[in-house]
Amino acid sequence: MIQLEGVTKRYLTKKALDGISLQIEPGHIVGLIGSNGSGKSTTLKLIAGLLRPTRGTVLVDGEIANRRICRKVAYLSELDTYYSFFTVKQTVDLYEQTFIDFNRKKAEEMLDFMKLDRSQKVKHLSKGNRGRLKIVVTLAREVPFILMDEPLSGLDPMVRSSIIKGLISFIDLEKQTVILTTHELQEIEPLLDTVILIKNGVILERESVEDIRCNENLSLVDWMVEKYEQ
Amino acid sequence: MAQSFNPSVPIYLQLCERIKNKIIRGEIGMGERLPSVRDMAIDSSVNPNTVQRTYRELEDSGIVAKKRGQGTFVTEDPRILEKMREELKISHIRLFVSEMREMGYSSTEMLAGLKDYLDTKEEDQ
Repeated sequence: MIQLEGVTKRYLTKKALDGISLQIEPGHIVGLIGSNGSGKSTTLKLIAGLLRPTRGTVLVDGEIANRRICRKVAYLSELDTYYSFFTVKQTVDLYEQTFIDFNRKKAEEMLDFMKLDRSQKVKHLSKGNRGRLKIVVTLAREVPFILMDEPLSGLDPMVRSSIIKGLISFIDLEKQTVILTTHELQEIEPLLDTVILIKNGVILERESVEDIRCNENLSLVDWMVEKYEQ
Repeated sequence: MAQSFNPSVPIYLQLCERIKNKIIRGEIGMGERLPSVRDMAIDSSVNPNTVQRTYRELEDSGIVAKKRGQGTFVTEDPRILEKMREELKISHIRLFVSEMREMGYSSTEMLAGLKDYLDTKEEDQ
């Protein structure tokens, strides 16, 4: 379980998060949504232990989230963070050596699923295939929590669809929890259990996606717009 | 290929309808095994938890039954399937009638129109 209690994060003078409290139960796919600059990425980085809260606590399975929490958390950055002169295979090798929970067999299956050429250099991959490779090395880790910052952004519909299908195929919801941020609400909606809506560093709403459809007769996009304008 | 979903109806219910329609059209036969939760989820690009809920819903209405360690199977009880067929018919009729009424057609007009339509249709064939 992930627990945030009264978490504030300040970057110099700017408040990115303003005293948020949040609990995320295991076994779900959770979408963190909100406008640009609302605090989504900051929240993920705090859970991944890449940032420290200015105030409040962040716990992952009862442990304070610091750099060592990466044993439990796989984090997919929205930036490209590997060596561009490596081949696909060397990139996978590096991840395998870095993380003891890395499942090589699963990574190989995913490389096939994503149709990635193992001998190609990362710098020669298309943006779409770099996106796919990032997904492969993140999901091949057998950790209880997977955090993904904008896994779909800037990618074409075919790549987005293969990433969504890859997520469903290779995640084990009996053992894993996924938290992702995205603006591609329409595409991601059928994949989510729960959405958390953030605005200006504050949590506006937290709701089950099926309940939004059932009780408010709204798609996720319409719901978000409505809540933002209130 | 994944079809898109109606945004204002819960996805698990829409999946239920799709499976029921497949059973009624005979695409999935009596006693046949449904795809595993994961395969169904991948196929329709939805959350596996949602598919699980769909299967539970179908199980509750007796349309499918879970066999331990083997999967989920369509019932072989013809009465349940007949009932499902009947319900689907009624729900389509209800929709048709309520839309016709909204436009101001009387029952006699509807019946006559339906009969005419079916007669000419059958002549065509």
